[in-house]
Amino acid sequence: MSERVYGLMAEFSDPGALVTAARKAREAGYVRLDAYTPYPIEELDEALHIRHTRLPLIVLIGGIVGGLAGFALQYWTSVIDYPINVGGRPLFSWPSFIPVTFECTILGAGLSAVLGMLGLNGLPQPYHPVFNVPRFALASRDRFFLCVEATDPKFDIDDTWSFLSRLQPRQVSQVDA
Amino acid sequence: MAERPNTPGNTPTGSRGSISSHLPPVVQPGHTMASVTDKISEVVLTRRTPRGWFIGLAISLGLTVVLFVTILQLLLKGVGIWGNNVPVGWAFDIINFVWWIGIGHAGTLISAILLLLRQDWRTSINRFAEAMTLFAVACAGLYPLLHMGRPWLAYWLFPYPNTMGMWPQFRSPLVWDVFAVSTYLLISMMFWFIGLIPDLATLRDRSPSKVGRVVYGLLAMGWRGSARHWHRYEMAYLLLAGLSTPLVVSVHTIVSFDFAVSVIPGWHATVFPPYFVAGAVYAGFAMVLILAIPMRRVYGLQDFVTMRHLDHMARIMLATGLFVAYGYMVETFMAWYSGSIFESALMTNRFTGPYALWYWSLIVFNVLVPQALWFTRVRGNTIALFVIAIAVSIGMWLERFIIIVVSLHRDFLPSSWDMYHPTVWDWGMYVGSIGLFFSLLFLFLRFLPMISIFEMRTLLPESEVKEERS
Repeated sequence: MSERVYGLMAEFSDPGALVTAARKAREAGYVRLDAYTPYPIEELDEALHIRHTRLPLIVLIGGIVGGLAGFALQYWTSVIDYPINVGGRPLFSWPSFIPVTFECTILGAGLSAVLGMLGLNGLPQPYHPVFNVPRFALASRDRFFLCVEATDPKFDIDDTWSFLSRLQPRQVSQVDA
Repeated sequence: MAERPNTPGNTPTGSRGSISSHLPPVVQPGHTMASVTDKISEVVLTRRTPRGWFIGLAISLGLTVVLFVTILQLLLKGVGIWGNNVPVGWAFDIINFVWWIGIGHAGTLISAILLLLRQDWRTSINRFAEAMTLFAVACAGLYPLLHMGRPWLAYWLFPYPNTMGMWPQFRSPLVWDVFAVSTYLLISMMFWFIGLIPDLATLRDRSPSKVGRVVYGLLAMGWRGSARHWHRYEMAYLLLAGLSTPLVVSVHTIVSFDFAVSVIPGWHATVFPPYFVAGAVYAGFAMVLILAIPMRRVYGLQDFVTMRHLDHMARIMLATGLFVAYGYMVETFMAWYSGSIFESALMTNRFTGPYALWYWSLIVFNVLVPQALWFTRVRGNTIALFVIAIAVSIGMWLERFIIIVVSLHRDFLPSSWDMYHPTVWDWGMYVGSIGLFFSLLFLFLRFLPMISIFEMRTLLPESEVKEERS
């Protein structure tokens, strides 16, 4: 039975109630929790113990790699592979390589910000069980959802159901896997 | 950070100091998350398409046909159909390129720089300003590609190992341009798309038609609004804003290097980068006003794009317009102060030469007319704002014409002086690119939410977390 259940989901109509519920669920010992909201709510990061993302590091590395690659490309093509002597001017004229190096830095960092965010979030994702709850469509409008996942060690369909019901949600629903 | 990074302040009025306290609010009071969502998404999903949309799209598509005809003629006959020839080897192709790129810059400024400066009023205009950026950069890109004469060989511009054994000349500003503009296009596209994802999910969940659910569903990539996802999303959005800000400045700086790195009188000036960047923002805000004023009226979005937005944009236009006017002054001063006879001859030629009428029109449109924006009553009058914005757009186009044509047509050797006259194909391609821009914009208004829905929700008082501590 429990293999076919992804979790239990409680619906709230205001952000404060959701944050309170998330905090209480953490206090009750649930760890496999997620909240679904129509816009970012910073208070949830703390309530759900969301760790700091590695994204800034990925972007930093992406930018450094982009910049170095851009500079190396210009050095190698202008100095080694295709040197052109223009009036005896130096081949390694690094100041003129700065604009392209700069653009490559931004491009590398920007691409890693976008792809890194999508990758860490596991998007694109064609199927996710939460969409099986018909009312979940409102999560992109004006409703707030808290989901306790079945993989949580403390998860028990009846106990968790009654726990969520005590948080004064509008409704509790079962999420089929 | 105490506040959410991309939602600068969540008070509906967002009053900051005495300047904005008497201004209308960013969102009219009385809206809820549901009403904001419905009002913006119904334009795309359920509301009948206004007749003005069909008329506008038909006119724009008609002009786009003009563009395609001129491109066809260009490919059949070659760039000789244009008026540029020695000594004016660069004319409409670069004038329009710089004009369009400049217009695009306001979109990035609104979406990135105002985000970093926590200007919450940007929220209702950033989406369509970013769309404007994309379409303007697409129009801009057409010109250098077509000027090559053989646009199917455009990939030669990029460094790739080839059988010719050659590489691009990285010491040339034109190669810098290739990198700057293509990076700008890519980053603007990603910024715009990332901003759209949560709204695409809203459209997916609210679309009454099967096709809509599938298409918006594919584009939303399975976004479900998870708190963990939002956390990374906000970080990515903030970082992209931080990256776009120096990018937008660098792009127009590099565009100005196309001129400033050469030795032509009137081009070889250190004032060019800041003067070009300010001019770009100036032209861009004019275009945002040209688009926003009819749009908010036709779609009844005065609650979201309020007089406060128009007032702020007018103020930015006034400020950047003064930068540009300062640029004109410095150019004139330096022509005298440099002691170079070529520079002062160029200035005399601008003031009194064969293109003097164009120069003085530029001063009227770009310097005199916008001074009306000092008056609160003018900034509160949509018709006056619209007229001034049109004047600035024309003025900024004239500025590029003056910089490019007047400098080239009489440079060092009087024996090589000549006049430049645009041909019907030059005008056709210019008008046609305006048609392409508006066609893309009309399609965007019809099929995507023109205002960021999820960011509008954060501006509402009910979005604040009021927790009962137990």
